[in-house]
Amino acid sequence: MSLAGPASDIPDPANPLGRLWQAAVKDSVIAGLIAFALFSFLLGVRTVDAPFGLDLSARPWLLASAVAIVFAGRLALNLLYWWPREAAQQALLPRYGVAALLPLVVAVPANFEFSDQIAILIVVGFVVFEIGLVALNRVRGEQRRGQAPSPIAEKAAAALSRLGTLAAPALIGFGIVLPFLPMSDRYIMDVAIMVLTYIMLGWGLNVVVGLAGLLDLGYVAFYAMGAYSYALIATYFDWSFWMTLPVAGVLAAFWGIILGFPVLRLRGDYLAIVTLAFGEMVRIVLINWYSLTNGPDGISGIPRPTFFGLELTPTGDPSFHDFFGMEYEPIHRIIYLYYIIFLLALITNVVTMRLRQLPVGRAWEALREDEIACRSLGINTRNTKLTAFAIGAMFGGFAGSFFATRQGFISPESFTFIESAIILAIVVLGGMGSQIGVVIASVVLIGGFEVFRELAHFRMLVFGLCMVGIMVWRPRGLIASREPSIFLREKKLVSAAAVSEGRG
Amino acid sequence: MTSWERDPILTIEHLTMRFGGLVAIDDLSFSAGRNDITALIGPNGAGKTTVFNCITGFYKPTEGRMTLRHDDGGLFYLERHPDQEIARRAGVARTFQNIRLFGGMTVLENLMVAQHNRLMAASVFTFGALIGLPSFQHAEQEAVERAKHWLERIRIIDRADDPASDLPYGAQRRLEIARAMCMRPCLLCLDEPAAGLNPRESDELNQLIFDIRDDEKIAVLLIEHDMSVVMGISDHIVVLDYGKKISDGTPDFVRNDPHVIAAYLGVEDEEVA
Repeated sequence: MSLAGPASDIPDPANPLGRLWQAAVKDSVIAGLIAFALFSFLLGVRTVDAPFGLDLSARPWLLASAVAIVFAGRLALNLLYWWPREAAQQALLPRYGVAALLPLVVAVPANFEFSDQIAILIVVGFVVFEIGLVALNRVRGEQRRGQAPSPIAEKAAAALSRLGTLAAPALIGFGIVLPFLPMSDRYIMDVAIMVLTYIMLGWGLNVVVGLAGLLDLGYVAFYAMGAYSYALIATYFDWSFWMTLPVAGVLAAFWGIILGFPVLRLRGDYLAIVTLAFGEMVRIVLINWYSLTNGPDGISGIPRPTFFGLELTPTGDPSFHDFFGMEYEPIHRIIYLYYIIFLLALITNVVTMRLRQLPVGRAWEALREDEIACRSLGINTRNTKLTAFAIGAMFGGFAGSFFATRQGFISPESFTFIESAIILAIVVLGGMGSQIGVVIASVVLIGGFEVFRELAHFRMLVFGLCMVGIMVWRPRGLIASREPSIFLREKKLVSAAAVSEGRG
Repeated sequence: MTSWERDPILTIEHLTMRFGGLVAIDDLSFSAGRNDITALIGPNGAGKTTVFNCITGFYKPTEGRMTLRHDDGGLFYLERHPDQEIARRAGVARTFQNIRLFGGMTVLENLMVAQHNRLMAASVFTFGALIGLPSFQHAEQEAVERAKHWLERIRIIDRADDPASDLPYGAQRRLEIARAMCMRPCLLCLDEPAAGLNPRESDELNQLIFDIRDDEKIAVLLIEHDMSVVMGISDHIVVLDYGKKISDGTPDFVRNDPHVIAAYLGVEDEEVA
C-alpha cells in the first residue's frame, strides 16, 4: 500500500518543523488524490434499481470521508512514523498528528448506512494495515542493523509445530466430544462438518501441492468425481454408502491417473493452467451429459448413510431411534454425519503422515526440491508424480462421496473453480506440507466465512485482506517449517527458507 | 596395452551431439577403464558437460554409441535409455556442476532418497510398508546404516539432521558424492567436483575419490577444469577442445602433448604442426 516513499528525508535545519509539515502535507495530498481516483469508482457511485434497468447513485459523502481518512492516515504516518528524527521534533509532533487525525472524526458521521460504515471500516483497516507494515519494516530494519537478528519468528514457528504434535491428541479429543458439548446446536454441527470436509480436502490436496510441489488448480474435479460416483452408483444400483465409498475413491484416483499421464509432462504455470481447465471440463461435462448426470438439474434423493443397516430417518425400517429405544431427533443424523467425516479426515491424516515417511513420500518431497537430481538418482519421476496425483484425487473422491451423502442433492454448481481456489488457499495459508496448518487455515477460513456471513460481499474483501496480511507476514504460510521424515539423533525442524516450493 | 583398452567399463564410439547448427561434440571416441579414475578435461566450452549429459541420458546424442559393460559381462547401450533408467538399471551415478542437493531435506533424508529404488522394491508398492512389513523395516534399517557409513566417511555425521542447504559449500560437494554413492553405482560421474573448494578441501576430495576407486572398486569419470588438480589423481586423461578429442592417455603423456599445451596456453598457429 505504500504509495511512495517519504518525500524528503532531510528537513531544512533553519525551520525543520515548517518544512516537515509542508512536505508531509504535500505527500498526503498526493495520497489523497490517488485515493480519490481509486475510490471514486469503488465507493463514489453505486448501482441501484431503477424503473428501467439499473441506475447510478452518487455517494459523495462516503467518497469524501474515505479520501479524508486516507489523507489523514498518510499525514499521521508522515508525521509520526517516517520523519520524526530528533527528540525536539518528536515532542512537538504528536500535536500535529492529533490535528491530522481530526478529519477522520469529522468524516464519519454516524448516520451512514450499515454497509457504508463497513466500507469506511475497511478503508480504516487499510490505513491501520499500512501503519502496521511500516512499523514492522522499522522493527525489521532495526533487527538488520542490530547485532543478531531476533529469531522470534523461527521460534514461534517451531513452538507452533511442537504444539502441533502436542495438540493433536487434544484436538482429536475435542473433535470426539464436540457433539455433546452444551453449545453444539444444529448450526455449530453443520459448520463443524463443513470445516472437517475442507480439512480433509486440504490434507488431500496437500499431498499434491505441499509434498510433491505440483500446483493443481482443478482439485475440485476429483471432489465432483467422488460425489457423482456415489450419487450415480447409489441411485442406479442401490449400493450403500459404505460399499460405494471405496469405489468412488478408486474412481477418482483412476481419473487422477488418466489426467496425470498427459498433464504431468508440463511444469509450473502450464500445469496449473491445464489442471484448471480440467476442473472446468469436468463441470461442463456434468452439465451437458444430461442422460447420465441429469445436467444442471442435478441428482436428488441420494441415499443417506446407514448405521450398520439402521436408517437415521423418521420412518426408517429398521431405524436407529427404534433400535436404541429413543425419540427420533434430526440432530442424530447430523451427529452421525459429523463422526463419519471426522473418521474420514482422521484416516486421511494418518495415511498421508505415514506416506511421508515412506520412500514414496520422500520421493515426492525430493521431486519438489529438485526434479533433475531425482532423475539422476534413478527415481521414476512420472510414476512418482502420478502416485501423488492419484492419492490426492482419492481423498478428494472420498470427500466428494461424503458431500453427496450429506447434501442428498448435488448439481454441477457445487463444483466451481472457487472451490478449488478455497482448498488451495487453505493449503497455502496453512503452510504447504503442514498438517496442523491446514486445520488452522480451514477453521479460520471456513469458520470465518460463516461468522462474517452478515457482511455479504464484503467478506470477500476481508478474506483478501487476510490473504495479503498472511503473504506479507508469513509468506510461506502459518506453519512453514518442515518436519523431517526421518532423523538420526534429534528431530530438527527445517526452516521455511530452505524448503523449496516446487516448480511443477 | 593400457588398462582402459584392456578392460573398459565404458566405451564411447563416434559420439556426436549437435544443437541446431552448433556441433558441441564432434565424433568423440574414448574408453574409461574399470578400475581407473578417468578425467575429461578441456578449456571452457569444450563440451565436457555435454559428454556427461549424453552419458547420463540427460541429452540424447545425435550420433554414436555408448556401451557400458557391467562386471557380470552384461552390456548396456546408454544412448537407448532415458536418464532415470541409466541411473536405475545401468548404475551410472552423477553429480552436478552447480550442486543439486535437496536443500529443504535433511542430510540423512538426501541419502535416503538416493536409495529410493531399493526401498521402493522392499515396500511392495508402498502397501507393504503401510502395513509395516518386517522386510521393509529391515531394508529401511539397512538404508540408514549405509547412509551413516557414508556420513562418517565424509565426516558430516554430526550434521545428519540439519537441512542440506545449511552445510558449508565443501560439505555440500562431499554430500552430493555420498548421495551418488548411496545409489550403489558401477560408474560415478563427477562434474567439476573441486570447483570452489579451498586447497585443503580439495585434498580431502582427492582422498575421497581415491577411496571410491580403491575401496569401493568403482570406476570414476570426472570433469575437471583445472589441469593441475587433475594430474594428481587421474589414471587416464581425455582432453577435449571445441568438441573434439585432442589428446588421450596417461597424465604424463597428456602433459607433454603439444596439442594440449597449445589449447591451454594458446600458441601461434605455425608452431602447432
